[in-house]
Amino acid sequence: MNFAAILPEIILTIGALVLMMVAAFMGRRASALCSWSAVALLLGAAMALLGEPQRAGALFGGLIAADGFGAFGKLLIYLCAAVAVVIAHNWFERDFEHAAEYPVLILLAVVGMSVMVSATNLMSLYVGLELNSLAAYVLASYRRTDERSAEAGLKYFVLGALASGILLYGISLLYGFTGTTQFDGVAAAFLRDGTGSIGLLFGLVFTLAGLAFKISAVPFHMWTPDVYEGAPTPVTAFFASAPKVAAMLLGVRVCLDALGPAIDAWRQIMTFAALASIFLGAVAAYGQTNIKRLLAYSSINNVGFALIGLVAGGVAGASSVLFYMAVYVVMTLGAFLCVLRMKNENGEPLEGIDSLSGLSQSRPGLAAALAVFMFSLAGIPPLFGFWPKLMVFNAAVAEGLYPLAVAGILGTVIGAFYYLKIIKVMYFDAPGAPYARGGSGLEGALIALAALVVSPLGYLLIGPLGQLTANAAGSLF
Amino acid sequence: MIGLTHYLAVAAILFTLGVLGIFLNRRNIILMLMAIELILLAVNINLVAFSAFLGDLVGQVFAMFVLTVAAAEAAIGLAILVIFFRRRGSIAVDDVNRMRG
Repeated sequence: MNFAAILPEIILTIGALVLMMVAAFMGRRASALCSWSAVALLLGAAMALLGEPQRAGALFGGLIAADGFGAFGKLLIYLCAAVAVVIAHNWFERDFEHAAEYPVLILLAVVGMSVMVSATNLMSLYVGLELNSLAAYVLASYRRTDERSAEAGLKYFVLGALASGILLYGISLLYGFTGTTQFDGVAAAFLRDGTGSIGLLFGLVFTLAGLAFKISAVPFHMWTPDVYEGAPTPVTAFFASAPKVAAMLLGVRVCLDALGPAIDAWRQIMTFAALASIFLGAVAAYGQTNIKRLLAYSSINNVGFALIGLVAGGVAGASSVLFYMAVYVVMTLGAFLCVLRMKNENGEPLEGIDSLSGLSQSRPGLAAALAVFMFSLAGIPPLFGFWPKLMVFNAAVAEGLYPLAVAGILGTVIGAFYYLKIIKVMYFDAPGAPYARGGSGLEGALIALAALVVSPLGYLLIGPLGQLTANAAGSLF
Repeated sequence: MIGLTHYLAVAAILFTLGVLGIFLNRRNIILMLMAIELILLAVNINLVAFSAFLGDLVGQVFAMFVLTVAAAEAAIGLAILVIFFRRRGSIAVDDVNRMRG
């Protein structure tokens, strides 16, 4: 029993339980205390990742593994969650009575995600996924006096539970036809029997369908726009970043580790999911008038690109997925931080894209930051968002998947249209009512930091980040 | 003699009924929660049948985890349903339509 190797999870679990008690007994007064303690816990857990036991390998009879891959994923998740807590503090503080429970739910979801990225057994995979999902359902319906939030929670719950059921059914078939729930045992069975067995094939398809739901890849994306629109904006920012990273990394580990020998079987499925996500994400975003809905389609679109890296497979493919997700969360968190600034004079949040018109004249700094994020999400050089796209296409080309890479690049061009539309609204339309001034300085600093990372200066990060992702991906094989 | 195939067939039928129950049901969200439970129980039948057939305990342990999580899931689902009902005064599936597109 190597408890030092799960130190980050232990810190977060105990911290979340203590904060839950604090929130229960102190009520609303504890909201600042809970928020800042949660941020401290997340940063402490991130520090704990640096220790030597975090490379201990298989733990607890192979239920989870502490390796570089998991550590990289957890680092990203903890940082995203810390940002999600910081930005929620001002948001809920304004008019909400249960602000103190929000960081507790985030911490519990983060524990689930930690288990997801380090799971090497179908059982721990399921428990981690559910721990994350159950907290996420509550978070989506967190503003319970708001009709849209309740509806978002309900939709997320029903479809999420259905996806969990499908995933579980696949897992039960994989277990039955391989005789084990260990990833390496499943891989050995696929190596032995091939994919000829209809039971194994069904298990694989159902498992991947369940995972595709969690990363909101087409054709399992239906929940994303509604949940992103209805959930409170800080929660949407959280959904678009940390759980995406966790589910994507889980998908990489399942595909390359457990289903590695069956690559021919899942490559077709994932190729379809990748291209369908890219094109649907790009096309369906056209008519949107709500910025959160638009960013939901943008996240579907981006997941498609990350999946191209997964389809390529191997160390290069896996490290390109890690790189993609790292840059993606910075861009998407930056975009949501800008959305949080969209408030009318009474401090009520605005979500319409038309309210952005002429922003470059009333708030040039905010408009410039949002423009940087939009250009970067579109993958237009010289911004940093271009580089991860290049990496996934490179990985695909190196595997000889030329049609996939060409189709992906076409998708980039189509997707650029709606990002450019926002920039056109901000820079060339007549100014509308200006947004309320103010907002926390910390959020402003986070926007500036995110904009700096995705600006051409981000290219300085290619060396260290590339090294980190290559090492992390290497620990998978 | 009842073999593994029979159990798997029952589980597959229950699973299909559960999925259909979610997609075809237009009346009531409580029915959806029941359909979700049906899916999870189908999985449990699968797991326990495989476990008995393989002589391997992992499947039964897994079934215990599934039961526990299903209980938590039902609790959260009903709680969300309650706050939805408070705002809308209805739990008809067709009323979950504030957002579209």
